Amino acid sequence: MTGLLELVGVGREFPRRGRAVPALTDIDLRIARTSFVCVVGASGSGKSTLLSLVAGLDRPSSGEILLDGNPVLGPGPDRGLVLQSGAVYPWRTVERNVAFGLELLRIDRAERARRVAWYLEETGLTALRSALPKQLSGGQRQRVAIARALACEPDVLLLDEPFGALDVQTKEDMQLFIRRVWRDTGTTVLMVTHDVEEAVFLGQRVVVLASDPGRIAADITLELPEERELAIKRTPEFLELRARVEDLVRTFHQHAG
Amino acid sequence: MAGLAKARPAGGVAPERPPTARQLFGALPRRRPSGPPGTLLALRTPLPGRIRTLLVLASVAVPLLVWLVLGASGAVEPRFLPAPGAVWTAGVEMARSGELVTDAWATVRRILYGYGLGVAVAVPLGVAMGSFTAARSALEPVSGLLRYLPAAAFTPLLLIWLGIGESPKIALIFIGTVFFNMLMVADAVRQVPLELVNVSYTLGARRGEVLGKVILPYALPGIVDAVRVNFAAAWGLVVVAELVNSQEGLGKRILLAQRFTQTDKIFAILVVIGLIGVTADVALRITRDRIGRWVP
Repeated sequence: MTGLLELVGVGREFPRRGRAVPALTDIDLRIARTSFVCVVGASGSGKSTLLSLVAGLDRPSSGEILLDGNPVLGPGPDRGLVLQSGAVYPWRTVERNVAFGLELLRIDRAERARRVAWYLEETGLTALRSALPKQLSGGQRQRVAIARALACEPDVLLLDEPFGALDVQTKEDMQLFIRRVWRDTGTTVLMVTHDVEEAVFLGQRVVVLASDPGRIAADITLELPEERELAIKRTPEFLELRARVEDLVRTFHQHAG
Repeated sequence: MAGLAKARPAGGVAPERPPTARQLFGALPRRRPSGPPGTLLALRTPLPGRIRTLLVLASVAVPLLVWLVLGASGAVEPRFLPAPGAVWTAGVEMARSGELVTDAWATVRRILYGYGLGVAVAVPLGVAMGSFTAARSALEPVSGLLRYLPAAAFTPLLLIWLGIGESPKIALIFIGTVFFNMLMVADAVRQVPLELVNVSYTLGARRGEVLGKVILPYALPGIVDAVRVNFAAAWGLVVVAELVNSQEGLGKRILLAQRFTQTDKIFAILVVIGLIGVTADVALRITRDRIGRWVP
């Protein structure tokens, strides 16, 4: 597989009390096209910093980030971003939220409508197309945010703890949902989470970050079947992988509390 | 891992445990529970519709009743407090002669010019202050200071600068409201979550598009609210402006009535001023609620 997204020696420092404190150091990461990669780590490991660097909302202090061989210089629709809060436009209906990125492009109305309809159907939002975000549940709002990012046909979908604020049942629904959407759209997913079970269930690969400063502690390719039901979470293979990753996260989280 | 092992000793001998918090401290005194409050006194609880209507009616009816009784009993001289009936008659008389409409329109027109101009200047500057740190650094200290200079104190200056026509009155309303509006609009704009702005960039929006398609729509209900709140200040200033030098206007009419101790006329004009103000406020409130239908 070809490397789609490449991080080469990426580091990010933040000034604190006159000194430069590193949040991320020496990140080397290569993400293949159409893969699903999860990044786990305790809080303070720089997970979200990593994602905003890839999104182009922040610039690395050292190293470089390449998408398809081109350096990332700023944010753009080729790297869709979904945040924990969803950050949907509260004054726009579901449909117009999904259409936002397309409205900025010069494509004709019919084409836009066709695409929006497809993504609404894919994300199960067709019946809610005219609803305002305030009428939606937390899970539905995340679906809107995901559909909105996907409608721009991103090369990579960046997910920053997208299900972190949801209750356990909704979260599991959303995990099945994102697996299906990933396969149906053929996009590449880079997801950050602190939930190891979620990372192991969703990813083909799990990257463990160590804290203080954030750096790559382990990179594990998961030998799990491609077709995954929730029941897989109870199998010995899954539980063993999960325990392995959890131990890694704990080991590299020295500065607890 | 080591911590977990220590908590669960393998042998049968129970280790010496340190005292628990309960054993360490004496019991805290317990307060008697406050008990369920009555409906009227419960904090931030919706009231039954009928009680609410009753309270709203009473808030208008009671002062009116006191006024009626005071007027009818003759306890206060009508020269100081005219009876409601007398005020009504004075009002009808002024309306019939046409001077009420002329004065009201003169006053409203000054508001439209002065406040309208103020809003037209304050909204763009406020949006800039709320969006760009540079604009904020440049404008906030000045407007924050000028806001505290009482606008009425500018009247003599404005008369020297602008003469005695309409311009000093319009300028007074402008000066008295523009800085408040700027700061409040900037505040409304700063309510826009940074996440919403950042996500818009990742969806392909450029800076101008973020401003027009994200920041403005999000801030619009707050901006209309700022304009509504400061409208009350404009309404107060116009009367002050007219007291100084003018041919017509509700404030001027009050001054004339005072010269002849026509308290009934003064009261009638005050009622008219109140009614116009409330109408404008309600209209702006309805506008805000329509624009802000999406606000959670």
